[in-house]
Amino acid sequence: MERKGPPLVELKNISIAFGGIRAVDDASVDLYPGEVVALLGHNGAGKSTLIKILSGAYKRDAGEIRVNGEEATIANPRDAKAYGIETIYQTLALADNVDAAANLFLGRELVTAWGTLDDVAMEDQARKVMGRLNPRFVRFKEPVVKLSGGQRQSVAIARAILFNARILIMDEPTAALGPQETAQVGELVKQLKADGIGIFLISHDIHDVFDLADRVCVMKNGQVVGTARTEDVTKDEVLGMIILGKCPPGATPGPGAMVVAAA
Amino acid sequence: MSDATSTAPADRARSNELGPVARFLKATELDTRMLGMIAALLIIWLGFHIFSNGLFLTPRNLWNLSVQSSSVAVMATGMVLVIVTRNIDLSVGSVLGFVGMIIGVTQAEILPRYLDFGHPAIWVIALIVGILIGVIIGALQGYVIAFLGVPAFIVTLGGLLVLRGAAWWVTSGRTVAPMDETFRLMGGGPAGSIGATASWIVGIIACLAVVLMLFNGRRQRKRFRFPLRPVWAEFFLGGIACAFIMGAVWIANSYPWPIGIVRNYARDNNITLPEGGLFIAHGIAIPVLIAIGVGVIMSFVSTRTRFGRYVFAIGGNPEAAALAGINTRWVTMKIFMLMGGLAAIGAAISTARLNAATNAQGTLDELLVIAAAVIGGTSLAGGAGTVAGAMIGAVLMQSLSTGMILLGVDTPLQNIVVGLVLVIAVWLDTLYRKRMQ
Repeated sequence: MERKGPPLVELKNISIAFGGIRAVDDASVDLYPGEVVALLGHNGAGKSTLIKILSGAYKRDAGEIRVNGEEATIANPRDAKAYGIETIYQTLALADNVDAAANLFLGRELVTAWGTLDDVAMEDQARKVMGRLNPRFVRFKEPVVKLSGGQRQSVAIARAILFNARILIMDEPTAALGPQETAQVGELVKQLKADGIGIFLISHDIHDVFDLADRVCVMKNGQVVGTARTEDVTKDEVLGMIILGKCPPGATPGPGAMVVAAA
Repeated sequence: MSDATSTAPADRARSNELGPVARFLKATELDTRMLGMIAALLIIWLGFHIFSNGLFLTPRNLWNLSVQSSSVAVMATGMVLVIVTRNIDLSVGSVLGFVGMIIGVTQAEILPRYLDFGHPAIWVIALIVGILIGVIIGALQGYVIAFLGVPAFIVTLGGLLVLRGAAWWVTSGRTVAPMDETFRLMGGGPAGSIGATASWIVGIIACLAVVLMLFNGRRQRKRFRFPLRPVWAEFFLGGIACAFIMGAVWIANSYPWPIGIVRNYARDNNITLPEGGLFIAHGIAIPVLIAIGVGVIMSFVSTRTRFGRYVFAIGGNPEAAALAGINTRWVTMKIFMLMGGLAAIGAAISTARLNAATNAQGTLDELLVIAAAVIGGTSLAGGAGTVAGAMIGAVLMQSLSTGMILLGVDTPLQNIVVGLVLVIAVWLDTLYRKRMQ
């Protein structure tokens, strides 16, 4: 993978603690345009927390975030969105009681010249983007709580790509989906990647993401075990990183790598 | 583009499978829940009418009912937003009492020192002071709830006690009276009604607004080629709405001034009373107009503005709203400020109606307001509710007490009935929601 210029986004030495627990400890990871980086690790390894710092949901205790090589101030989700960082949360983070269009534009509503909500224009845009993602989606008038898991997922994805995201974070994007829908998400990732969008894929299941990712970054107990290009490592080696924290020769070790007894 | 082609074929295929009632509801896009509530209200009215031997459905009683509902209806519109965001406001009755005292003291004791008696600015200043105080109280409570993280139940329970005490403190419990002449118009009565001609004009304007709204909605949907309602459904909705508006105006215009007041009026204006008396209609009462105006504005705010959208999003999923970049704390604080302002308007109406400010005013109103909102379909779990529903809920609550007074039911039994109705209404609503899921 060619790498020109600075990374799209760079997380440097990020730490955050909740109470006495260091959820993320000195973690660094970067992402280039058109690249897919898979963040792997057990449940509770700190992947979601790290990514929530990037999306503005949590405030980091230490470390810095650079977007296009320049230091970025991200104090809340709005700041992150201003940098083109969009997130699809594991919980989807949809307001269940309003319809798809209202969810797509939540916090960024289209308004008329009078300053009132332009619901028709929003529904129009929603119909367009949903038509691209999920052509069978027709339930625009119903609150999203009545939609199926896959439909809700497509609403969450549509929301992330509607506003020209440059950095997309997908937290367990296929956890609630059937095989066919999972394949659809895979197609979408490839398409977005071709558009030059950088994507963080978060998963606890290596099989979901290994084929899609250009690089993997494995976390364990809040620390980065190591980062590797997918062509340099095997699935088994990555599993070793996830389970044991053992860094294979093809990977760049991080602070969380198991220290191998001096040979 | 013809209307026949604008309906998606898939929709039509499905609508053929539905029965006539379901097809009708689908075409008109009416809210079945709201229809159920209106039906319940009509049944209650008819029941009281029959049992009171025809005393309930008279222009006089309905007119009084509308005036008596208005203060609670105004506050219920704000309570909807409070409850939709999973909060509660127990302090509205006390806010009403305290602000009522402030309004009373301002116009009856403070302002007359600087302005002539009956000066036209007195009522304006008193009202503005009252609304400001209401908003400030709401802001304080809202700040503690949203930014300091104390549950709304506790904060407003504290507010209930504090402000009831404060209402007493303003004049050490002394009742303040009388109110300014112009201010009293807000309370209704023969003078505080707009008369027959103006009522018809208001009715016609309201009908035009309904037609314009339907037309505009249709044009908007046409612009983006969305499925449209059938034309007959549009006409049906417009027709029903206009018939309802003009019917209400007709009832208000059928209630004449009492003979004594007509006699005084005739004497003051040098009119000789004709044989059989002079028919001067009340028309719509000013407090009712205020309540309807507030209802329209609050409906608009809750459905057509960003603020309203955020209120519902927070109610549906607070975490998602925050992740979407909504400043949920500030929205919450604004809701309580709005509630405070509405309680102040309620205070103005009830002070004007009583022609006095007393420190016990509005006692237990918080429960009536919450009950109105909940009967009107506001879910205590958050995320669901309509302003119109809450206002109908307020009328329903008032109908119960008015009707039972007409029937001569004892006060303790009245409370028992109102309490039972509240519980049963919410139980029915729970059943309805389960079936809809």
